[in-house]
Amino acid sequence: MTELPWRSAFEIREEVVTGGTSAVDVTRAYLARAETLNPTLSCFLSIDHEGALAAAAQVDRARDAGEELGPLAGVPIALKDNLCTRGLRTTCASQILGDYVPPYDAHVVEALRASGAVILGKTNLDEFAMGSSNENSSFANVHNPWALDRAPGGSSGGSACATAAGLAPLALGSDTGGSVRQPAAFCGITAIKPTYGRVSRYGLVAFASSLDQIGPMARSVREASQLLQVIAGHDRRDATSADRDAGEYVAACDHGVQGLRVGVVRDLLDGLQDADVGTGVEVALSALEKQGATLVDVSLPHAKHAVSVYYLIATAEASSNLARFDGIRYGLRVPGEDLADTYTQTRAQGFGPEVRRRIMLGTYALSAGYYDAFYLKAQRVRTLIRRDYDTAFESCDVVCTPTTPTPAFALGEKTGNPLDMYLADIFTLPPSLAGLPAISTPCGLSASGLPIGIQLVAPPFEEELLCSAGQVVEDECGLLESRPAGLG
Amino acid sequence: MTAYEPVIGLEVHAQMRSRTKLFCGCPTDYGAPPNTHTCPVCLALPGALPVPNAKAIELAVQAGLALECDVASHSVFARKNYFYPDLPKGYQISQFELPLNGKGHLDIEVDGETKRIGITRIHVEEDAAKNIHGSGASAVTLVDFNRGGTPLVEIVSDPDLRSAEEAEAYLRKLRDILMFIGVNDGNLEEGSFRCDANVSIRPVGQEEFGTRAELKNINSFRFVKKAIEHEIARQEGVLQNGGTVVQETRTWSEGQGKTISMRSKEEAHDYRYFPDPDLPPVAVSEERIEALRAALPELPAAKRERWQRELGVTDYDAGVLSGHPEIAKYFEQATRLFVEQSGKKGKDAGKKVANFVQAEVLRHVTTDGLAASFPVAPGAIAELLGAVEEGTINGKIAKKVFAVMVETGSAPNVIIEEQGLAQVTDTGAIEEEIRRILDASPSQVAQYKDGKTNVIGYFVGQVMKATKGAANPKAVNEILLRLLDEQ
Repeated sequence: MTELPWRSAFEIREEVVTGGTSAVDVTRAYLARAETLNPTLSCFLSIDHEGALAAAAQVDRARDAGEELGPLAGVPIALKDNLCTRGLRTTCASQILGDYVPPYDAHVVEALRASGAVILGKTNLDEFAMGSSNENSSFANVHNPWALDRAPGGSSGGSACATAAGLAPLALGSDTGGSVRQPAAFCGITAIKPTYGRVSRYGLVAFASSLDQIGPMARSVREASQLLQVIAGHDRRDATSADRDAGEYVAACDHGVQGLRVGVVRDLLDGLQDADVGTGVEVALSALEKQGATLVDVSLPHAKHAVSVYYLIATAEASSNLARFDGIRYGLRVPGEDLADTYTQTRAQGFGPEVRRRIMLGTYALSAGYYDAFYLKAQRVRTLIRRDYDTAFESCDVVCTPTTPTPAFALGEKTGNPLDMYLADIFTLPPSLAGLPAISTPCGLSASGLPIGIQLVAPPFEEELLCSAGQVVEDECGLLESRPAGLG
Repeated sequence: MTAYEPVIGLEVHAQMRSRTKLFCGCPTDYGAPPNTHTCPVCLALPGALPVPNAKAIELAVQAGLALECDVASHSVFARKNYFYPDLPKGYQISQFELPLNGKGHLDIEVDGETKRIGITRIHVEEDAAKNIHGSGASAVTLVDFNRGGTPLVEIVSDPDLRSAEEAEAYLRKLRDILMFIGVNDGNLEEGSFRCDANVSIRPVGQEEFGTRAELKNINSFRFVKKAIEHEIARQEGVLQNGGTVVQETRTWSEGQGKTISMRSKEEAHDYRYFPDPDLPPVAVSEERIEALRAALPELPAAKRERWQRELGVTDYDAGVLSGHPEIAKYFEQATRLFVEQSGKKGKDAGKKVANFVQAEVLRHVTTDGLAASFPVAPGAIAELLGAVEEGTINGKIAKKVFAVMVETGSAPNVIIEEQGLAQVTDTGAIEEEIRRILDASPSQVAQYKDGKTNVIGYFVGQVMKATKGAANPKAVNEILLRLLDEQ
């Protein structure tokens, strides 16, 4: 039996169901590990001892009563701190919500509770999910468990770190432009960004509504698939939620890639500066080929505009979405001379520099006289990017790129240059803009021992293809047997 | 001195009669304790999302159909961004580039003339919450979010109105229509029907519009007329003194009896409208539009016209009776029952019922929004008028019986029976009475013989007095004339 922190969600559930261990014992062990390691990693913003133990005890009682247990019974999970949890502080790593306790659960949180999962706590993130290194958290920097001086990625850096470091077998993140995939690549785990509309956003604190999706994170493709199975499906409370049933994601992990056509975006690969990333992708592609996939060249001619398009659309939506944080009803209020001054003081002190920068950018993009040139034009290019994928999918089933241009960069390396930081999202942004499902899964280590991630993108609602292909990559060149070096 | 012509366009915000709010399931009832009709969505808690209320969208489509608008099969919710405490999200969900209803029109009558007023658009949006300002030095402002998120239609007219009278006529007509189709309760006092006016003036004969002022919050028909008249006079004063009208927002102060500047164009908001990414476009199929059109009740103008044509109702009575949906329904029910009971033709029947309801019943009717309370059931009116028709009582007695009906709630025939009000149609008895009166009034008889025929009124009065008004007037007249001629 694998030692506890590295046990899979499936193993934990099995033990709990059969009585080999109790959910309370599992939870205690994870809480203890979090208490020990969190001061070093800062991946948790809140650890919910009481709530976690109560949820675990309920699972144990249900088992003792002979009730049928859910698919995640007794499995600990960490939630990004932009998912609303009833009675548990939800901060978005922002001073403006520093003491905010939601009165309701997000849709995914309800689904998790119903599945028997045990919520350990809330994980660190870039403030309001805006960032690619987690350094925009207003509370603490998260450290990459593979090398503590490296960034864990962002914005779901806390969730990626907690999963990679064995502080939780599963975690949820949210992905607007790569926020589950990029940290997953940096921390050597798997993450799935579902099709836009696949998972209800109800209770996810909005960053950019037309892009935000909640995504599962886990050390293995199969666990991520299981978590997706639990959270996917229609929800009437989100008008953009797709009215269609979830797929069979766990089963899809066993389908293999025989006959799968993998589209390789050569022009993007050729532009890679980092040799280790290029090698990692080639290794993964060979593995897929070896298992029966065929490689075809495809191109995404408009993908190079993704960074510009994204930073207009996402900031425009954010400038409006974050208007509700006004100090009137909840969260921080800094009283000013009058109403306008109260707004100014509250928002100036409550939001960090990157959030303020993006609100300014987005406000500008929507302003009278600039709307057509910026927001509207960006929407048109977004359509072109979507059409690039439509064309690509005429000749392939999934599109493959690296997840990131480089392995994890050093903490502090890019904080002085926001544009440089934005460019780290070059591969994850196009599928986000197209609303397509994408997976990032490890495909090896760099020369310096840092994880490398490969990204596979599928047509809308074809997440099952990602589970099948991701599983093959993991079997052939994944990191399941490796342990993050940074933990000593 | 230059003569000026006013140019007026109106923007009406009408709350739609949906049980729940536009984007959440909270009730829309008026008057609940503050902040009890709220939820994460209408309080704009982090993570909450709007879900459109299908019923409200259908009501808005019906408003569009009633005003002959082009209903869009594809329309888009947009965010109107500005900060204010009564707007919890920091933006109002409204419609901007693609509204639900495009061009339409409304015909109004002023001084007997019919005039067609263009409707620019009708879009759907959510209402703001309500700020309650305290007074005094340490005053605080509290916000009641009960109203926040209530579904509204904003109805924008073309700048086709040329006087305060036309503006008032337009508003009254518009309100009647919205009430008849059940979209709005027409309650100006509770703020469910609100109006802003864009007012400018231009020299008579000039094509191009003058600079306009937007008048806010003119929430009674009386204020609308006063505010617009005042604003026209103010602008004329400015121009005649060599000044220029500035584009600004003004508010009507009933206390001061004038409009007051709120903010100038320079201070105007940039609302940064953009399509709401939380809400897919609103799709209404052609079939649905046609089904909603078919379900539209008859509008007041159509009722007026039909009542005159089919029921012989006078234009005046038809206008009064079509002023409220419940009154119209009452009149139609009473007429139907009267026709059934009396076997009379619709044309005679309708005219009689309309006359009685308008003249007698309405004095006892109270309305509250879309509700109305009536003193007696429409069936009782049919029965009462039936008694007149059969000659059991005359019109004068009918009014007496009606007063007792209102007071006691008894049926008309019971009252007639109990109080012995049935008219004397026994010609023998009437003849006997007339002979007695003629014998006792020799000088009046002589006058009649001298050709002073108006003395007949005196005899009729005497007969009615003697029979306590119960004699059938027609019989009295016939017998009286016969006996006088015999004298």
